[in-house]
Amino acid sequence: LKYSFLSIVKNAFSGHKNWQPAWRAPEPKPDYDIVIVGGGGHGLATAYYLAKEHGLRNIAVLEKGWLGSGNIGRNTTIIRSNYMLPGNNPFYELSMKLWEGLEQDFNFNAMVSQRGVLNLCHTDAQRDAFARRGNAMRIDGVDAELLDREAVREMYPYFDYDNARFPIKGGLLQRRGGTVRHDAVAWGYARGADMRGVDVIQNCEVKGITVEKGRVVGVETSRGSIRCKKLALAAAGHSSEVAAMAGLKLPIESHVLQAFVSEGLKPFIDGVVTFGAGHFYISQSDKGGLVFGGDLDGYNSYARRGSLPMIEHVVEGGIAMIPALSRIRLLRSWGGVMDMSMDGSPIIDKTSVNGLYLNAGWCYGGFKATPASGYCFAHLIARDQPHATAAAYRLDRFRRGYMIDEKGQGATPNLH
Amino acid sequence: MLIPCPYCGTRPVEEFTFLGDAKPKRPETNDPSSMEQWYDYVYLRDNPRGDYDEYVHHSGGCRQWIVLTRNTATHDVKSSVPARDYQK
Repeated sequence: LKYSFLSIVKNAFSGHKNWQPAWRAPEPKPDYDIVIVGGGGHGLATAYYLAKEHGLRNIAVLEKGWLGSGNIGRNTTIIRSNYMLPGNNPFYELSMKLWEGLEQDFNFNAMVSQRGVLNLCHTDAQRDAFARRGNAMRIDGVDAELLDREAVREMYPYFDYDNARFPIKGGLLQRRGGTVRHDAVAWGYARGADMRGVDVIQNCEVKGITVEKGRVVGVETSRGSIRCKKLALAAAGHSSEVAAMAGLKLPIESHVLQAFVSEGLKPFIDGVVTFGAGHFYISQSDKGGLVFGGDLDGYNSYARRGSLPMIEHVVEGGIAMIPALSRIRLLRSWGGVMDMSMDGSPIIDKTSVNGLYLNAGWCYGGFKATPASGYCFAHLIARDQPHATAAAYRLDRFRRGYMIDEKGQGATPNLH
Repeated sequence: MLIPCPYCGTRPVEEFTFLGDAKPKRPETNDPSSMEQWYDYVYLRDNPRGDYDEYVHHSGGCRQWIVLTRNTATHDVKSSVPARDYQK
């Protein structure tokens, strides 16, 4: 245990100059059993579970920037397991169970807050669809409650229930859903992996993948070549680029998604609420800022910035749901690069190259999946067979015609 | 982002709807032996970081389809041509 009340007092006397770093900054070794590309949430979680659940030690995580510089530190922090399809929901429920025990597990305060996720419905048809989804969730043992309009009004009296176009008719509530402090997730996993001997190497960009006789043997990086027996890709929005180094073409497009924070307010909204007539989701951070987001900008992009029309569009959706938002100032917005898959569901699978494993296609729902993604990816890498709850996330499902298309949009990455 | 429409001149991005990659070629046949080509056409993408040709509909303007060559890392637009004049 590194952090205690006593250690805070002790370090206060020395001006907080003597805290030990939470993880080492090792030089890359020439050879590892497993190299993970991408030091984001999923890559770090994978390293953590490889070390903790499978007892593997000779592992490196390569991150081209600094830890938490990608989407793990640039999302709206929502966790939930309110999916509908059989291949999806047991996986997200595993993730939710891991979130529930995460802080004890890696002994780090990630501020997991199960404050409830409420999806609003605005038409009778949408209420029927929510009833169906809630029932599907309950079949999988997940909590779901269908609320009528008055029950929603009791929770949030200041919503616009009588909006002429989008009256609120009720909602689907998952009380176990909520938010987590996203940076702390990266830090907790990084520290836990580092403590177990994993080398977390920052500022180390992968420039090439070496394949010999159909088998991965190493990577070329900005800090020299590193040989490895197994190579695991968890590069999120840059998956296509990294996979192309091994000659793979993925069913993925990279798109930009923006998120927003308002000025700090007194307690205003105590759960996570999503607007059902447009794409808008909102919660309040513990610092008081309203954290919200909406749709993709809609065009392929590797630039971590969006454009103004989408900001207006998201805010319009927000104000249609909560008119009081019109008087709140937007503090900042930012964009992240999303690995949008062709059916809106992720990929955790081996590839056609021996020793090369792929974790990608998280669209913009990757944060909630972080623990289960790492857990199942570690299982796949260590044992060479998929974890039962992630068995549907095969790379070849597109070729075979077994899409997991939660939204029913077809092969249109910018609409999922 | 401003988009040059070959018909209307430079217009704001919110007038346009993006369909996606213009490179994939629709296979000529439905023959079962062409399934690999169909798989590639429907699902696989180069997804380049850099110049990218994409179908764009000027849905809030002249309603013509155009092909835009745009850099996905910088959002700079290189060229835009009517979709019928685009050479794959």
